[in-house]
Amino acid sequence: MISAFFIFNQKGEVLISRLYRTDLKRSIADVFRIQVVSNSDVRSPIITLGSTSFFHVRVNNLYVVAVTKCNANAALVFEFCYRFTAIAKSYFGKVDEESVKNNFVLIYELIDEINDFGYPQNSEIDTLKTYITTESVMSSPIAVEESTKITTQATGATSWRRGDVRYKKNEAFVDVVETVNLSMSAKGTVLRADVDGHILMRAYLTGTPECKFGLNDKLVIDKNERGASDAVELDDCRFHQCVRLDEFDSSRTISFIPPDGEFELMRYRSTSNVKLPLRVIPTVTEIGTTQVSYVVTVKTNFSNKLSATNVVVRIPTPLNTTSVDCKVPNGKAKYVPAENVVVWKIPRIQGGQEITLSANAQLTSTTHRQVWARPPIDIDFQVLMFTASGLIVRFLKVFEKSNYQSIKWVRYLTKASGSYQIRF
Amino acid sequence: MSGQGGQDAKFFQRGKIQEFRAELHAAESKDKKFQKRKIVLKKIVANITMGNDMSALFTDVVNCLAIPSLEIKKMVYLFLVSYGRAKADQIHLVIPSFLQDCSDRNPLIRALAIRTMSYIPIPVVLESLTDQLRHCLKDRDPYVRKTAAICVAKLYTADPRKAERGGFVEMLRDLMLDTNATVVSNAVAALSEIGDRQDGVIFKLNLTVANKLLAALPESSEWGQIYILDSLLRYVPEKHEDAELMAERVIVQLQHANSAVVLTTIKILLYLMNYMENRRLIDYICKKMGPPLVTLLSSGPEVQYVALRNILLIIQRRPSVLKNDVKVFFCKYNDPIYVKLAKLEIMYRLAREENAREVLAELQEYASEVDVDFVRKAVRSIGRLAIKVQPAADSCIQALLNLVETKVSYVVQEAVIVIKDIFRRYPGKYEGIIPTLCEHLDVLDEPESKAAMIWIVGQFANRIDNADDLMDDLTYNFLDEPTEVQLALLTAAVKLFIFKAQSDTSKALVHKVLKWATEEVDNPDLRDRGFIYWRLLAINPAVAGEVVLAEKPAITTDADRMDRGALDQLLLHTGTLGSIYHKNPETFIRNATGKALADSPALNAFSRQVIVPITRNNLPPSAINIPGPGPPGPRKPEPAAPIDTAALPPRPPPTSGSSSVLIDTSGTSEHETTEDGDGEAEDEFAPTPTASADPYENLDNAFGGYLADEPRPQMNDLLFRAF
Repeated sequence: MISAFFIFNQKGEVLISRLYRTDLKRSIADVFRIQVVSNSDVRSPIITLGSTSFFHVRVNNLYVVAVTKCNANAALVFEFCYRFTAIAKSYFGKVDEESVKNNFVLIYELIDEINDFGYPQNSEIDTLKTYITTESVMSSPIAVEESTKITTQATGATSWRRGDVRYKKNEAFVDVVETVNLSMSAKGTVLRADVDGHILMRAYLTGTPECKFGLNDKLVIDKNERGASDAVELDDCRFHQCVRLDEFDSSRTISFIPPDGEFELMRYRSTSNVKLPLRVIPTVTEIGTTQVSYVVTVKTNFSNKLSATNVVVRIPTPLNTTSVDCKVPNGKAKYVPAENVVVWKIPRIQGGQEITLSANAQLTSTTHRQVWARPPIDIDFQVLMFTASGLIVRFLKVFEKSNYQSIKWVRYLTKASGSYQIRF
Repeated sequence: MSGQGGQDAKFFQRGKIQEFRAELHAAESKDKKFQKRKIVLKKIVANITMGNDMSALFTDVVNCLAIPSLEIKKMVYLFLVSYGRAKADQIHLVIPSFLQDCSDRNPLIRALAIRTMSYIPIPVVLESLTDQLRHCLKDRDPYVRKTAAICVAKLYTADPRKAERGGFVEMLRDLMLDTNATVVSNAVAALSEIGDRQDGVIFKLNLTVANKLLAALPESSEWGQIYILDSLLRYVPEKHEDAELMAERVIVQLQHANSAVVLTTIKILLYLMNYMENRRLIDYICKKMGPPLVTLLSSGPEVQYVALRNILLIIQRRPSVLKNDVKVFFCKYNDPIYVKLAKLEIMYRLAREENAREVLAELQEYASEVDVDFVRKAVRSIGRLAIKVQPAADSCIQALLNLVETKVSYVVQEAVIVIKDIFRRYPGKYEGIIPTLCEHLDVLDEPESKAAMIWIVGQFANRIDNADDLMDDLTYNFLDEPTEVQLALLTAAVKLFIFKAQSDTSKALVHKVLKWATEEVDNPDLRDRGFIYWRLLAINPAVAGEVVLAEKPAITTDADRMDRGALDQLLLHTGTLGSIYHKNPETFIRNATGKALADSPALNAFSRQVIVPITRNNLPPSAINIPGPGPPGPRKPEPAAPIDTAALPPRPPPTSGSSSVLIDTSGTSEHETTEDGDGEAEDEFAPTPTASADPYENLDNAFGGYLADEPRPQMNDLLFRAF
């Protein structure tokens, strides 16, 4: 299991250092600094030297590092690093050098609590916040009764929820957020299109509510067993630990007692009938060795009542580009020499529209001409009230013994960021 | 509650012991709400973090324990955890305070006290801990009990015999039946830790206990689920039904959001399948495992990497798991390089006739990217694709030729290496392209590609008009070439002579090379081989021809597939470091325990036949087991496959079968069992190595340079000694 936990800044300085086991010395941090932080070509998130393994995750300008001396469960170690980051974010907003330094005592308290002797322990944010706080209210010893409540919750079957939650107005917000991954070949055929869906919930509900959640889904285990219904085919789904997996397995119902506040209820993946909200049609011609001409058309492929917002198209240019002359009817296009791309930002495109960029890149002549690798065009966007998979929330029912009324809200969002790629 | 947090960054400044001591003393007066001392302690903790030795402040800091503030107490405890071991002579000062906390009414305080004490593993502290621990293991509060369970593991690590004498292991066993799931899972974690020690108490589960643990699964935290699932490897099913029932109970965990829960569940399922009989259930489980594995690929890149390395193992053992999913392994342009390389390794293995075109198109795309390793591996994969999927061979060759045309040195070299194998796989089909290859002789400057090209020239000397001129050029620097190339040259020169016995150049050439090899070179392999050729040629040139140009077994397919016994063993480490490096942990981690499938009446007959017993742990970290050259029998003492041959010194080439020698030292031999394509018969497949036609495949199934970027633990410990 984990022998030590460190946080390094970009320079390799130690911001947090906690040894859980005596099989390592603090000087092991120097080894990491030399092997990873000051190494410009790190090609793995895991490095094993002798019997010592370093697992690192980069978060903003930090390295979150776990060190082990055994045949550690690598997935567990990385999940622990992710979880630490999530907790830190929830406690102090952002996770960077400044916030870590500003809260280092609190972080020590947290990592002592969420990990004992290298074994991750209860790390439910909601519960942690009941007894590890940023304010130093803890200086007055908390009442024994209160702590017993805390310990029962921290070790209980619903460790993610306190029993005494009260709201005047009971509300639940459901956000269905889909990230579309696309890889399209230069000929315009779809090489790969799939959807990573997240269902986020913000539950502001009194007491211990029992929720049931329904989608127009159909889990496909065997792709050959397709039925002819209009249900959305999900390849797979994964649930927050509050969801009763055995019930889902036997009856396909998603039932759970939600944590208080915001959490990710479910994640799913769909690969069939993915509706691509945007089409990009590029024509890129290399004219001799000194010019490249671009005609890039973006088409929206959904109802004109909706629109795509925050559209950013990144069009690669050859490395020896000197200047690019762009013409766009909508938005702004600019050549960014540092990244060798033309960035075309379009605040909003309505459904059923198409707009075209035309540009001309001037190249310097180089002595040894290397073939241009032509990285794909990448487009980021958001479309509200649209799901690329076609998924719809059918119902969300809340049962609580006090039988209150609750209001539910559902939003849909489809987006792409760094994953919608068109080759040319 | 979750305000934007503290403003403590200013404390990250190096300070002097004397100053802190003075500040602590000064703070004692008029310290409202202990704020002043809190600040000094924060400065001290910051300095500990920065690596400044603060141990001289021991007594001053310990005095702060008298302050009734939990925040201060936690900082003092942190100080003690850092320096307690070094201050064994003064630690008695804090023991009374610990003991008082151990009987505090507040369960959080009780737990904090034993947790901290057990972090200071020196006899004085442990002595007073044991009594407290005994009470805490039976505390009425589950939080204290779950903390106490881990404390036993710490105690055991510090002093195993003391823990055993104190009866703590038995108490942990009792805790496995606790009513609280968190307590159960921590007890399991502690027992597993103890059971994994070489000198530890053996930890095994019987069906009753295993079922009790499973009952605690739904109520455990995600981490607890991992500990419990992991421990199920310690249960050996005696009956098929037991394994099947258990699999049905754990399978729902595949839907868990935590990737470690998913991978550990997969590990257990793979393990249990070895003890199952119900074919339909096995197929069902395989089908159920695929989607969650693919979903792991939308986690963070680090988890993706872990998943990919595991998938590579899993599909070798259970090809049906992801057989329709090759597309999900296509690389995204912005994937981190380690993810790309791991995906590439999987892609060609999932290629079949139906998807070969798509896969090839992808690989061609990758071959034009920037990262050299990635490009090389893409080119290699094109070659493997050609060998694996016959109908795709034509287009693969065309793709490779296009790549050769780019004249990019490393691309050409990789292409030559794979083309050589393609020649062997499809004799008489593609030799027409040899002239094109010969045009690029000058580019080849790496031993492996050079040796491959020389093999081609020698093997097809009868079809290359100017073969003698080419060979003459190639041998120009014979004595300066690396052994790999020298061996290739030697064999090729002999072949050339046999083909063109009439040519004076070839006669002179073979004479020259044989003389060099036997007289000027120190390498015994080269010398011996030189002598063999020489005598062969001297005694009977005609027979020599038959020997040297004997028909070679066509390269079949997947030697990249590990053998079954080794796979079964490695899969017991699914999700762990061993599964990343494809090595058994005992081969690279000191004191790690190996795992092996345990025999039982329920164990599937073939699995039993190929069980690889655990290698006894006898290694200083630099010792590596080297697979022997003999054919692996169904029961062989050492696992041959998972050892990374690239990390080893070059193996001496075998002394028989001259021309094949070249193949084996220079490159790849691909062997495939037919079931990869369509069969679901993975459980029935024959032990490939012995059944296969190529007697040399077990000599070296390494990809040679292909493994250059393969993840592997680094074996030297030197770096550590420096610190």
